[in-house]
Amino acid sequence: MESILQAKAIVKSFPENPDLQILKGVSFTVEQGEFLSIVGKSGCGKSTLLYILSTMDTDYKGDMYMMGQHLNGWSQNQLAKFRNEHLGFVFQFHYLLPEFSALKNVMLPALKLNKYSSSEVKERAMAKLELVGMQDYADKLSSKLSGGQQQRVAIARALINDPAIIMCDEPTGNLDKNNSMNVFEIFKKLCSDNRQTIITVTHDPDFAAKSDRIIEMSDGLIIKQ
Amino acid sequence: MNTKLIAEIALTHLFTKKKQTIIAMLGVTFGISMFIVMISFMTGVNQFMEDMAMDNTPHIHIYNPIQLNGHAIVEPASTETKNWVVLQHQRPKNVLPKIKNGMQVAAEIAAMPGVKGVVPSVTTQVFFNNGPVQIPGTISGVDVRKQDELYLTSGKMEEGNWDDLLKGTDVIVMGHGLAVKASVKVGDRISLTTPQGANHLVKVVGIFSYGISMLDDSKSYASLATVQKLVARDPSYVTDLNVKMNVMDEAAAFKTTLRKVYPNLYMEDWQEANASLLAGESIRNIMTFVISFTLLIVAGFGIYNIMNMNIISKMKDIAILKATGFESPQIVSVFLLESLIIGILGAGLGLLIGFGISYLLSITPFPAGQFVRINTFPVNFLVKHYLMGVSFGFVTTLIAGYMPALKAAKIDPVKIIRG
Repeated sequence: MESILQAKAIVKSFPENPDLQILKGVSFTVEQGEFLSIVGKSGCGKSTLLYILSTMDTDYKGDMYMMGQHLNGWSQNQLAKFRNEHLGFVFQFHYLLPEFSALKNVMLPALKLNKYSSSEVKERAMAKLELVGMQDYADKLSSKLSGGQQQRVAIARALINDPAIIMCDEPTGNLDKNNSMNVFEIFKKLCSDNRQTIITVTHDPDFAAKSDRIIEMSDGLIIKQ
Repeated sequence: MNTKLIAEIALTHLFTKKKQTIIAMLGVTFGISMFIVMISFMTGVNQFMEDMAMDNTPHIHIYNPIQLNGHAIVEPASTETKNWVVLQHQRPKNVLPKIKNGMQVAAEIAAMPGVKGVVPSVTTQVFFNNGPVQIPGTISGVDVRKQDELYLTSGKMEEGNWDDLLKGTDVIVMGHGLAVKASVKVGDRISLTTPQGANHLVKVVGIFSYGISMLDDSKSYASLATVQKLVARDPSYVTDLNVKMNVMDEAAAFKTTLRKVYPNLYMEDWQEANASLLAGESIRNIMTFVISFTLLIVAGFGIYNIMNMNIISKMKDIAILKATGFESPQIVSVFLLESLIIGILGAGLGLLIGFGISYLLSITPFPAGQFVRINTFPVNFLVKHYLMGVSFGFVTTLIAGYMPALKAAKIDPVKIIRG
């Protein structure tokens, strides 16, 4: 197994309070195809860590390697390109673009990547929607969908560019038991079938218990992995 | 870059917020249409004033002004004795305001390149006698045909015919205001007194109106021979040469060359003669531009505000776009494109409305009465102004849209997504 993500001595503090370190030197490695859950109490820094891993937050100390590349010092635009191609996100509050249909929301990152023609992108987007069971709602405005439906569309969107790593912040936070199970099954399948890596931050102990590996955090440090 | 995708996002934003889009657009529309109306009307007024003045103003006026000699002839004679010579209230010499070889000079100038024609004339002050009252006025003896050819005087006739001046001697045409003051009608005879003290009886064969009361209240025309006879001079006596150029703006340059040929003649071009009018015109032009720019800047602030609000309401969307891999230049493009679409549509509509209002204004009756020869508001329709309007609108929206777009590109997605 090769490591797809490596974090070395990540230290993070916010500019408003530079003395208070949210992350006090976090190091870990994630292998390709792994299903990793990061758990911990509120305020332990797990979400902060996830946003650093997501490359969106670049204000930290330490080193980050992803897919064999050292990401420190990259420009925002380079990182945006990297995210577009290799990373997929599922956020806690689903966050779809309300003016666009479910299908269009899924298609956007792929259109941005500009690797396939728009008809191919459409087909692929439909396939991803089918994967999360949302194919019947493809043409609905995303603002007209329920919370659970929006979450599933957001997952389809995260998958559209076949990213190497999918990062989720409380992916089941707003879902009922049934839907949570669905989401878990989808992720599990992605790991085993496509060797895609999944990193989730979660409060849901059942969800975490079923993943391949759990990293437990407390007070800005990893206490168990 | 992904132009199609950017256009799609921008259009979706504009279409889902139709009301906002239309309001932003109307801001630009209002600014541009008012700009068009203002500038068309103001330049129309300027043009009209200029035309009115130029109708009667020669491009170059050649005459003999009353000149003082400057120093007395006794001065050089007294230098040896070192006596003081004090001369007060020096009087001008009794020199005729005659241009030497006037007819000859007129013919010479008329033959020069760039000159459309020269009207030699004799102008003198006269009193028109209306019973015991003497009404001051001037009478100009002109080459009747040439005057009409160059200054279209026949077009200014209210009553009678300009050409009737050629039918017989001792006939004049007079200004509308003067005719009213002298209480004469076409066909009446009127007695006039020349500065030399002679009385003459002349027949009024026409009444003209320039629409400039200064002229209409004092001026009258007759043939050259008639006026030469009035002032008791020979047929070579000419006091003024009115030169008309093919191109008006060449007058000043031509005057300089003319001065070298006739160093003894006094010349004045139309710009000098109408300095106050031209100053007024440039002030009006500046005002027009200041007001128009203000309108456009206000419209620009409108767009800036709406785009800013738009971006604030789309913070989440921008964060998502960034998280899923859209780069800053693309975010800028999306919002800049939205502003530009608003700007271009608004400007286009503004041109149409501006043209419409200008047209309506140009056919609106303008009750100017006797004083101004005009029936409707003077309005110019120049492509130049419309192009200016569109480019101003374009540039303002570009600037007004660029700042909020930059702001959008600077949004930190982590802050928005984490809440």
